[in-house]
Amino acid sequence: MPRIADALHGKRIFITGATGFLGTALVERILHHVDSCQVVLLIRPSSRTSPERRAEREILKNDCFDELRRELGDRFTTEVLPRVTVAAGDVTRSNLGLDEQGMEMLAGCDIAIHSAAAVAFDSPIDTAVEINLLGPTRVAQAIRDAAPLRRKIIPGSYPTHLISISTAYVAGTHQGEAAEILATEAMAGSASSRTSTTVTTEVDIDAEISTARRLRSDLQATSRHPDQLDRFARVARKELGSAGPHVLAERVEHLREEWVKKSLVDAGKARSQSMGWPDAYAFTKALGERLLAKDYRDIPISIVRPSIIESALALPTPGWIRGFRMAEPIIISYARGLLKEFPGIPEGIIDVIPVDIVVSAIMAVAARGPQGIPPGPAPTIPPGPAPTIPPGLQPELALGDKEDSKGRMPTAKMEGAGTGGWTPTVYHVATGSRNPLRYGELVDLVKEWFSATPLYDADGQPIDVPEWSFPGRGRVQAQLKRSIKFLAGLETLIGSVPVHSRGQELAAQLEDQRTKAERALTYAELYGAYTETDAVFLVDNLMSLYNQMHEDDKREYCFDPAVIHWPEYVREIHLPSIVTHARVRTTPSKPRSISRSERSMKAILSPERQMAVFDLENTLISANVVDSYLWLAMRRQKGVDRLAVASRLALQIPRLWALDRKDRGDFLRTFYRYYEGARMEALREDAMEFFHSFLMARSYPAGFARVRKHRSLGHRTVLVTGSLDFLVEPLRPLFDEILCARLAVSDGQASGGLETPPPTGEARALLLAGYARTHDLDLSESVAYADSVSDLSLLDAVGFPVAVNADQRLSALAKKRGWHTETWKPATSSTTQTLAIPPSLGGSQLSGRIFSRILDMLPGETTLPEHAASPYGSRRASAGVKKDSLPR
Amino acid sequence: MSPRPGYVLEVDRSTPPVLFWNGEGYLLEKLPPERSRVIYPPDPLHPLEDPIAKIRHALDHPMGDSQPLETLLHPDMRLTIAFDDVSLPLPAMQAPDARQLVIEQVLEMAAEAGVEDVVLLAALSLHRRMTEAELRHALGNRVYNAFEPHGLLLQHDAEDPDGLILLGTTDHGEEVEINRRAATSDLLVYVNINLVPMDGGHKSVATGLASYRSVRHHHNAHTMTHSRSFMDMDHSELHSANWRMGRFIRESGVKVFQIETTLNTNAFPSQFSFLQRREWEWTPRDRAGFFASSKALALMGDRTRRTLFHSIKAPMQLTSVQAGEVEAVHQSTLTNVFDQQLVHVDGQTDILTMGLPYISPYNVNSIMNPILVACLGLGYLFNMYRGKPLVREGGVVIMRHPTPWAFNTTHHPSYIDFFEEVLADTTDPVQISKYEEAYATDPWYIQLYRTGHAYHGVHPFYMWYWCAHALEHLSSVIVIGGDRRAVKRLGFRPASTLDDALEMAEDSVGSQPTITHIRVPPLMMAEVS
Repeated sequence: MPRIADALHGKRIFITGATGFLGTALVERILHHVDSCQVVLLIRPSSRTSPERRAEREILKNDCFDELRRELGDRFTTEVLPRVTVAAGDVTRSNLGLDEQGMEMLAGCDIAIHSAAAVAFDSPIDTAVEINLLGPTRVAQAIRDAAPLRRKIIPGSYPTHLISISTAYVAGTHQGEAAEILATEAMAGSASSRTSTTVTTEVDIDAEISTARRLRSDLQATSRHPDQLDRFARVARKELGSAGPHVLAERVEHLREEWVKKSLVDAGKARSQSMGWPDAYAFTKALGERLLAKDYRDIPISIVRPSIIESALALPTPGWIRGFRMAEPIIISYARGLLKEFPGIPEGIIDVIPVDIVVSAIMAVAARGPQGIPPGPAPTIPPGPAPTIPPGLQPELALGDKEDSKGRMPTAKMEGAGTGGWTPTVYHVATGSRNPLRYGELVDLVKEWFSATPLYDADGQPIDVPEWSFPGRGRVQAQLKRSIKFLAGLETLIGSVPVHSRGQELAAQLEDQRTKAERALTYAELYGAYTETDAVFLVDNLMSLYNQMHEDDKREYCFDPAVIHWPEYVREIHLPSIVTHARVRTTPSKPRSISRSERSMKAILSPERQMAVFDLENTLISANVVDSYLWLAMRRQKGVDRLAVASRLALQIPRLWALDRKDRGDFLRTFYRYYEGARMEALREDAMEFFHSFLMARSYPAGFARVRKHRSLGHRTVLVTGSLDFLVEPLRPLFDEILCARLAVSDGQASGGLETPPPTGEARALLLAGYARTHDLDLSESVAYADSVSDLSLLDAVGFPVAVNADQRLSALAKKRGWHTETWKPATSSTTQTLAIPPSLGGSQLSGRIFSRILDMLPGETTLPEHAASPYGSRRASAGVKKDSLPR
Repeated sequence: MSPRPGYVLEVDRSTPPVLFWNGEGYLLEKLPPERSRVIYPPDPLHPLEDPIAKIRHALDHPMGDSQPLETLLHPDMRLTIAFDDVSLPLPAMQAPDARQLVIEQVLEMAAEAGVEDVVLLAALSLHRRMTEAELRHALGNRVYNAFEPHGLLLQHDAEDPDGLILLGTTDHGEEVEINRRAATSDLLVYVNINLVPMDGGHKSVATGLASYRSVRHHHNAHTMTHSRSFMDMDHSELHSANWRMGRFIRESGVKVFQIETTLNTNAFPSQFSFLQRREWEWTPRDRAGFFASSKALALMGDRTRRTLFHSIKAPMQLTSVQAGEVEAVHQSTLTNVFDQQLVHVDGQTDILTMGLPYISPYNVNSIMNPILVACLGLGYLFNMYRGKPLVREGGVVIMRHPTPWAFNTTHHPSYIDFFEEVLADTTDPVQISKYEEAYATDPWYIQLYRTGHAYHGVHPFYMWYWCAHALEHLSSVIVIGGDRRAVKRLGFRPASTLDDALEMAEDSVGSQPTITHIRVPPLMMAEVS
C-alpha cells in the first residue's frame, strides 16, 4: 500500500457532517497533513447563517485548528482556506439539496465521507430515519447521479468512493463477538440468525420509513385535539398563572410541539427496543447500512463503524474534544456527586475510541480505496496516455491473504468479485477485542482521579465522589423514578400554598433536587445500555488494513487500538480535557475570571442602560393590596370592629385568591370596589402613615438601594404596580414615573371603580412600550425587576430582565432562559408585623406591660365608611364613628 | 440618709461573677482576679417629694437674670414650648413623664395669663419624628388631645424651607439656622430632661431646633476628636460651638426660658431589680429572677425579646427642676447630674469592658443596629468620663453585644446604605465625611425624614463621628458574641468569649493587663484621677 499522503495527493474529498466532532477532526487532519488535498464541505444553510459563514465559524474557528493556525500564521489564510470549498446542501433532501454547481463539485470529488448523523440517542424517530437511515443512501444516490458527469470530467473514472460512517453499535445488543460484516451478507450467508456474527433481525425498512413519516403528521393532528389542547392549557396555567393570554398561548404552542417531539422520541425508543436495538440511533444506523448495501452495489462503498468516540489521543492536540458527548456529562455529574449510582457490569467492556484513531482509520480507508471489482463493463479508457487514475481508486483485489493473529481469514472476502459489483467493506474502529477497557477499571480510574483532584462546590469545599456498587439498570431506574415522584409531589404541595421567601427557597431546592434526579434517570436510561453491552467488536479488517500500511504511516496514522494505554489516556488526557470543557470548579478559591452573575450584574448597571422598571409587591416590598386595605379599613376603628373587618375579609379570602390566580386584573377590580365611598382626603393621610409604619418596615433595602443606584447612573426609573396611586405616592422621590391604578373619585369619595385598567399582566408590557415610545427610550436597553410569572410579559419586554425573589414558577423560567436572578431579603425590623394591623389610636399609659397597646382610650373616626369595610355590606354601626364621615 | 455613692470593687478570688448586659439579655462573667475592678454607679437619689410644687417653685424663682415665667406671659403673645424628643430619658420613664409634669404647669400658667397662641414643638433636630403613642406618652393624653387635633402640636422639621430661619453667622463662621416658629415667638420655653451632662444648656435650642446646615458645623469628626470628652463641657469643642451659637441666638433677640430636669437612676421596675443591685448583695429572689428571666429570654424569638425590653418603663423620678436663664440653669443642672452619676476612679486601665444593653438614644422602640452598637460603646460609654478616659491611650475596649446585621427600615433607612456602602469602603471618621453631603441631601432620605419616622440621611455619619475620639485613642476594639461579619464591617475584632477577647487584647496591651468593667446601665460618669 502506498503512503497515505501520496495516495490522497491532489484528491478532492466531499465531506458531510463537517461541523460535528468527528467531521471537524477529519477536515483538520486532511488540511493539516495532506498538503495538496482539497475538501468540499456539505453544509446546511441555517435560517440566519450562510453555509460559508457556518464553515468559518463552526469549523475553521474551532480550537481544533489552533495548532495549524499557529504553525502557518498568515499562511493559514493564503494556503489552507483556498483548499476548502463549501457546498450548500442537506442530507435530508434528495440529491443532498445540491444545485447544479453543487453536483458538479460532487462529481469532481474522488472520495465522499459521509459523517453527518443525528448522534443523539434520543432523537425523534422521524429525524433519525431521515438522517441516519436515509442519509447514506441519499449520498449514494447523489454519487450515482453525478457519476456520468464525473466520467465526463475525468474520463475513465469510477464513481466517487463513498465512505459511510456508521456505528459499531448497529450490533449493540449482539451477545459475543461481532464481526465486521454487513447484516445483509450475514443473513444471506448464515443458516441461522442465532449463529451469525451480527444482529440480523429482519426489518421491513420501507414500512419503518413510511410509519415514521406518518407518525409525525398523526401526532401533529392528535396534539391539536381539543382534549390535548385543554391539557396543555392547564399545564401552562399552572406554570404561568395569570401571566396573560398571549404569554399563555405561546406556552401552549410550545408545550404542544414539545409533546409531539417527545412522543416521537418515545416511539423511536420503543420501536428500536422492540426490534432488538438499544435505541433509535443504533436502530436507524443499522437500517441505513442495510439499505445502502442492498441498493447501491454500483457505487464503491466502505463502511467505517467506530464505537464511542471520545477525546483525541494526540491529534490535533491530546485531549481535544468538541461538544459535550456521551460519557462527559456522566463523568462530570459523577464528579459533582450527583450520580450516586449508575448501572453497568464491572467486568463488561466499555468500548471507547479516541477521535484521532477514527480519523486515521478513515484516512487509511480513503487512501486504500474501495474493494471488489467494478460492476458492468470497464470504463472505456480513451486512447493516449494512461488515464490518471489516482492510486487510491485503483481497485485492489484482496485485503491480503495473510491470516490474522487469531488464525482466521479476513471476513470481507471478495464476494462481489467476478459477479460485477463493488463489495462494501466494513471496518470496526473499536477497542473491545484488541485492547478492552473494563467498565469497572474505568470507574476506578475516574474515582481515583477525582479523589486526587476533586471538583469544588460553590462554597469552595471539595466534592467527595460516591462509591458505585454497580447495581442493575432496572434497580437504578426504579430508585430514581421513586425519588422523582416523591420530590414532584412535595413540590406540588408547596406550589399549592402561597409561600414567601423561605418557602420559595425550599421549593427551589426541591426543584433542583428533582431536576438532578431526572437528569440521572435520563443518563441511566439513555446510556445504561452502553455500559451493559455484551458485544465484542472484532477488528480483523481494520488490523489487516493497518498491517498493509507503510511503516511510517503506521506511526503517523496509527489506528491500532492497542496503542492506547488506558490508565494514561483516562488520567492524563481525557479527564483533564473534559474537566476543562465542563467549566467546573477545580480550585477551592473563587475563579479569577468574573462569574456569569457578576457579568450580568455589570451589564445591568452599565451606564448604557436607559431605563429601570420595578414591580412593587414582593419585589421592593413584602406586602400586597389586601394588607393595605385591611390596614386602612381598621386604621380608625377599634376593638371589636377591627375584628369584624378582619374576619369579614378573611371569609372572602378563598374567593379572592381563586380570582387572583385566574386574572390579576379582575381580582384588583373586584377588590378595589371595597374602597367605595371612602373619603379620599383621609385615605391619603392614612396612606402616608401606612407607608411609613407598615410598608417601609417590610421593604427590601437592597431593592431600594438598587433603584437609587439606577438613578445615580442616570437611568430613568419607573415603578409599575397594580397598587393604588395614594398608596405608592410616598415613593415618588425614587421614581421618574409611577404607573399604577387610580380610584375613580366623585365628590371627594371613591366611587368603587377605577379610572384606568390596573397595570397587570400583559397590560404592563404595553403600558411600558407606550411609555418608552413617548420618552424615546429603548426597551432593549432597559432593565426590569419582578418577582412573579404574572410579570412575564414585562420581563420579556426588556433587554435585561431580572427575577427578584422569584416564585417557584418564575425561578424555573428564569433558570431556563438564563435570566439574572436576585434575592432581596427584608431587613429584620422590630416593627415587622405579620398581619397588617395598624397601631390603635390613643396611647396606653400602662407601663411595664408587654403589650401596652391593647386598649384605646379615645373615640376614633373611621376613614372608610362602614359598608366599605364590610364585603357583605353589613350596616352595623360601630361605636365612635362620627356621623359626618359616613357616606351620604 | 443619703443614698450610697458609686463604688469601685477590686476583684479577688471570692468575687462572684459580674453582670454583663448583652443586648436584649444579660449574663454573668467571671473577671480575672487581682487585676480587675468593677465600677458600680451610685444608688438612685431620693426623688423630689412634691414635684409639682418644685416645678411651680422653679418657674416662680428662675435662675440667672430671668424674670419669673408668670411675668413673661401676656395674652397677645406667641408662645412656643419646645421639648426633648423620644431619645430621652432611657429607658422611657413610667407615666407621668417629666415633660408632661412641666408642660402642664407651663400651660396652666399660660392659660391663667390668657395666652392664646401656644404651640408645642418636639425638638427633633435630625432625629426621627415621634409616633402618636410616643407623643402621648411624653405629653400625656390631656395635653395631646388639646393640641394635636388643632394642628398645634408640631415636630421640628430641619428640612422644611419655610419652617426655618437663618439668624446669621457666628464669629467662627457657623451658620445659625433654627425653627422659624420658635425663633419668631415672643417666648421660647424649652423643657429638658437632662440624663447626661451633654444634654441641655445652649445645645437644646442650637442643636435641637436647628437645621442640617447649622448642625454640621459641630457634628463632625474634627469637633468630636477635640471633645475630651463631650460629656465634660469645659473640655468639649461640641459645647463651645453650641455655646457660641446659643449666645448668638440670644443676641439675635430670641428669648429662651430654659427648664431643665434631672432624674434619678431608677432604671428598672422591681421585677428587674437585680439589674440595679450589686451582685454580692443579690437576694435569693434576685438570683431566681436572674436565672428565670435568662432562661425565658433564651426561649423567646428576637422580636418578642425586643418588644419585651422596649416595653419596660423605668420608675425614674424627678430629683431636681431648675428654670430661667440658660447658662445659670445648666450649671445647677450639672451639679445635680454629677450628684447622681459621678464615681471617683483611681487611674486608668489597660482594658475597659462593658456589656451593652438593648437601648441607645437612637433605637427607642427599634433595633440596635451595628452602627448604634458602636456609637453606644465608643460614643457614649467611652466618653462618660471627666479628666482622663477610663482606659489608657493605646488600650482596648471590649464590648459585649450580639451586634446583629439587622436594621429597622422605617427608622434607619440611611444607616443600611451607610453600612453597606460607606463602612465597606472606610471606617475612618475623617475619610467617611466625603460621603456626607450625598447622604445629607438625598431627596429620598429627606422625604422619609420629613414624612415618615426616619432619622435624617446624615445621622449615621454623626454616630460614627461620635466614635472618633475613642477610635483615635484605642489600639483595638473587640466585640464578644457579635455577628462576625457585622463586627468586621465596623472595623472591630470579633471574639466568642470573654477569655478569648482578653487574650486577643493582650496582643495590644501586653500580658497581665489591668481590666476595668463599668457596670452600666444605670448610667454613671467616671472622674478619673
